[in-house]
Amino acid sequence: MQKNALNILLADDDEDDRLFFKDAFEEIKIQTNVEFVHDGMQLMEHLMDFDNKLPDILFLDLNMPKKTGKECLIEIKKAEHLKNIIIAIYSTSSSEDDIEDTFIQGANIYIKKPSDFNTLKKIINEVVTVNWHYHTSGLNRDNFLLRLK
Amino acid sequence: MKLFIKFDINTICSLYLKQNLEQQNINFTSLGFGEIEIDDNFDADALETLKSNLSPHGFEVVENQKSVLVQKIKDAIIELVFMEDSNNYKSSVFLAEKLNHSYGYLSNIFSEVTYSSIENFIILQKIERAKQLIIINEMSLTEIAFLLNYSSVAHLSTQFKNTTGITPSAFQRIIKKRRENLK
Repeated sequence: MQKNALNILLADDDEDDRLFFKDAFEEIKIQTNVEFVHDGMQLMEHLMDFDNKLPDILFLDLNMPKKTGKECLIEIKKAEHLKNIIIAIYSTSSSEDDIEDTFIQGANIYIKKPSDFNTLKKIINEVVTVNWHYHTSGLNRDNFLLRLK
Repeated sequence: MKLFIKFDINTICSLYLKQNLEQQNINFTSLGFGEIEIDDNFDADALETLKSNLSPHGFEVVENQKSVLVQKIKDAIIELVFMEDSNNYKSSVFLAEKLNHSYGYLSNIFSEVTYSSIENFIILQKIERAKQLIIINEMSLTEIAFLLNYSSVAHLSTQFKNTTGITPSAFQRIIKKRRENLK
């Protein structure tokens, strides 16, 4: 589909969730490089370090130690070199308020963490495909909102 | 005196290509392995000029025919979705006539390259158009549904929700608040 692999970054403090996520990305057809950070502070350090390649999609857990996902989201959207990164909230919360609030703060995608592997694979496939369309087909990223259960 | 010189073809070619592009005043970033990204937007004519300027030096712009066709399919779909009288066309007929291939062939190539279907892409584009119209806020949802060839508002709302996971009214509310937030 594309020559360059898609860069994915997941910020999540739960090790099981990270492994689960890594396995799912390995099983989809689209080529990806998946990297991980363990908390909000580490995420912001990673993004502010200009030696690191910026992710094409950032998956962000809301509930993280040191700095919450929401704080990170707000900081990212304020930073000139980061504000165009596609952000997918990846959370156990399905509160309507959380969802709407993160969208308003600039998140593009809201994923309720699934409990089974096949659902996760399906969700990841959809995110990557839709994201690719936004990337290649002149769709307006400002209007990119997607909620997946 | 005889000297043996070992040369690294890759370095030489990269340097030579770089000089060549710089002479043509083209801003580009080298992505390595013969892949470059041109910073400016190139139209078809400029690309032809670039190709013919490079070919005497032994460089050839490689084009993947399938990707080119997929881009044409996408362009045609976008044209169709944004046409005023798109209601008069059936998308499969429109694409087949426009691109001079059978719909089955187009459909296969599209799925092979993008891992998604033409039908999905059309829906995505229609919803994209609906989003724009919702944001402009000059038309009612009923009018938008009619313009985009949905049988009813319910049909549009359902497809909107299936595609984006949120309802048209939630979408409108979020975008509005997000803009206020940015001010």
